[in-house]
Amino acid sequence: MHELSLAQNIVDTIQHYVPQLDWEHVTAVRLKVGACSGIMADSLEFSFQVITAHTPLRTAKLEIETVPFRIQCLKCSNVNESDIGDRTCTTCGTKDTKIISGTDLHITEIEVEESKVQQP
Amino acid sequence: MSIVTIERKVLQKNDELAVQNRDEFRNRKIYVLNIVSSPGAGKTSILEQTLEQLKRRRQIAVIEGDLQTDLDAQRIAKFGVPVVQIVTNGGCHLDAKLVQEALSSLNLNGIQLLIIENVGNLVCPANYDLGENCKVVVASTTEGDDKPLKYPVMFRNASVLLLNKVDLLPYIQCNLSELKNNALRVNPDLKIFETSCTTKKGITEWCAWIENEIDKYQ
Repeated sequence: MHELSLAQNIVDTIQHYVPQLDWEHVTAVRLKVGACSGIMADSLEFSFQVITAHTPLRTAKLEIETVPFRIQCLKCSNVNESDIGDRTCTTCGTKDTKIISGTDLHITEIEVEESKVQQP
Repeated sequence: MSIVTIERKVLQKNDELAVQNRDEFRNRKIYVLNIVSSPGAGKTSILEQTLEQLKRRRQIAVIEGDLQTDLDAQRIAKFGVPVVQIVTNGGCHLDAKLVQEALSSLNLNGIQLLIIENVGNLVCPANYDLGENCKVVVASTTEGDDKPLKYPVMFRNASVLLLNKVDLLPYIQCNLSELKNNALRVNPDLKIFETSCTTKKGITEWCAWIENEIDKYQ
């Protein structure tokens, strides 16, 4: 359900920001998905197929790059990764840390067949 | 093949509408809470307790979000505060557009506090900014102490955690300090209140915090 509405948002966002696109020639939509953004990549790919099934985007593939959740310690400057979004520094144990990456959901680019592109 | 660069957040449109909502709230000096939790954690009961304590001292309006029915809006209407129900018809979260539409059916003149009760769901509402000042997550002791680690996005995006149903602790397997520790692991900045709508524990402290936030915002 969650991923279905996000898939619809992906289509809407592309439509909004690249309205002049020749949709039938989009071959790939590329995303960066944070490891702790609360989104399941497999489910999002499936939802994207469902949403676009009977539209000109039906041949476009959703390509997802997962961005690891990383924090930087404000005391010892160490950079840690966590699968569960833990804000604790694994080196010195403080929670005085800032999130560097891994929480966002971005559309980075779309791939279109040659001669059909008009840059926004 | 050619590449068209987009570099937009997937929820950019929602975020832009949320900014519009936030501007409207700021212009009207309305402090806004977005209350989120899994179904049955006690959001509506917390809301009732909050209205009981604050309705005589503050001008409050409520937006209720549910998949179906206006049962919650009926509960809230008994307190004599303006309330509008959003029925999402299966939608698992409120978004900024739904809130914007709901605002048109609320008289916001003189309102100091708007409380939005989101759809009961510990996943989806975490990603959607509504334009609120503060996201409040309600976690009940009966849900177990590992919830913050299982649903980290919600606990990370919230500013306040209400640990509800603490009156049931003697009867269940829930380690309250473990629950707090787990919440602070994913969000060290969380402000935590222990509450019970049965014994009223923590309600006064929670309401005092809200009033302080309203006063800071004026």
